[in-house]
Amino acid sequence: MTYSIKFDDRNVPAAPGQTVAGALWAAGVRSWRMTRDRGAPRGLFCGIGVCFDCLVTIDGVPNQRACVIPVRPGMTVNTQPGAGH
Amino acid sequence: MTDVVVVGAGIVGAACAYYAARAGLTVTVLDRGPIAGGTSGAGEGNLLVSDKAPGPELGLMLESLRLWRELAGVVGPDAIELEPKGGLVVAATAAGLDHALQLADEQREGGVEAIEVPAHRLCAREPRLAEGLAGGIWYPQDLQVQPMLATAYLLRASKATVHCGVDVVSVDRGGVRTRDGRRFRADVIVNAAGVWAGDVAALAGTRLPVAPRRGYVLVTEPLGNRRAPAPIRHKVYAADYMSTVASDDAALQVSAVVEGTRAGTVLIGASRERVGFAAGFSVPALRRLAAEAIRLFPFLADTAVIRAYRGFRPYTPDHLPAIGPDPTRPGLYHACGHEGAGVGLAPVTGAVIAAQILGTPPPVDPAPFAAGRFA
Repeated sequence: MTYSIKFDDRNVPAAPGQTVAGALWAAGVRSWRMTRDRGAPRGLFCGIGVCFDCLVTIDGVPNQRACVIPVRPGMTVNTQPGAGH
Repeated sequence: MTDVVVVGAGIVGAACAYYAARAGLTVTVLDRGPIAGGTSGAGEGNLLVSDKAPGPELGLMLESLRLWRELAGVVGPDAIELEPKGGLVVAATAAGLDHALQLADEQREGGVEAIEVPAHRLCAREPRLAEGLAGGIWYPQDLQVQPMLATAYLLRASKATVHCGVDVVSVDRGGVRTRDGRRFRADVIVNAAGVWAGDVAALAGTRLPVAPRRGYVLVTEPLGNRRAPAPIRHKVYAADYMSTVASDDAALQVSAVVEGTRAGTVLIGASRERVGFAAGFSVPALRRLAAEAIRLFPFLADTAVIRAYRGFRPYTPDHLPAIGPDPTRPGLYHACGHEGAGVGLAPVTGAVIAAQILGTPPPVDPAPFAAGRFA
């Protein structure tokens, strides 16, 4: 069973139990945050919840770790500029 | 052969190396871990006069803050993230405020700038502060540095030879030996080993009562960046922080010191517990820290903590550092036991040690800090 989540302006397919980062990677998305000072792209780095590099805004809440948050039906994921606040 | 071997590449060791080298001595710095790998890398970089009661430590800190500003000119204030942001001590109750104002009066006599901030002006100074506080005191002299950067830049400026991953296993009149069998010869050994300074003293056959006092720091998600810093302007803490620092109680004590950093995160210290070198994290301690911080800044209730770290402050029985020659081991100098004030007190410690080695007049009277006082 698959469903889709919203990533910025597009729909991304997701499977139950998949992480947000997993769904985004499977859809070919490699970056979903811009760094605070230089605006450089960031995505998955450690992949295990330690480095806080893969932060993303989920359902309006910034600084969520894409690598450990499981997808949920109807979830909206947005590229996060800077600190997200 | 160098003139001086410094044991410990933390902020105090780096400052000792810097001032000794500046006085013309050749210096080798040894550490069994990395640069700033102990207490120096596990704090917040608080350089405070606001938490010092009148007495010898206050005079020491005032001189050290003067030296910090001078050092910032040498290595560059941005390199070490020096922020002259000042401290804001707030009191929740009228009684607490009275007590804080009384302390401020005494501090002023010791040379501290302390400006009363009435309750209705607190918000102008610190906009996100909780409402309903009784008032506060603004301490413009309080500074912040990034302690790991400060340690590294001081070591670089000293041009000392630095060996990391080198464990000192014996200390004698002419130098030290390390676990890998090397001999570092020097007429002067400086014990800047922080919480492990008692072990280094024991290697030299002398005694120094330095023990660890555990503390935690919480780190929030970033709330700003270099152009738009986190929405906390000063070092903000509750007036009861001073009694926590001065306490001799071994049990957990918590009072939050809250501050933003250039990286955009907010740091929340500081708990104090005497539990030896106990590893692990105490969730109740972290909870209390967070609750105290939210009491000062209610918006933090909706801010995520991304990590926490732990450090051990080196403290002595009278809560004053040990700075100066060992009374029984010629050539051995102690520069340790600064508890939670090591980053602040590092420059003056280095300057005093260098003066003592060379027999020149020290910048402050070192008598209250004499290492022989525990004998």
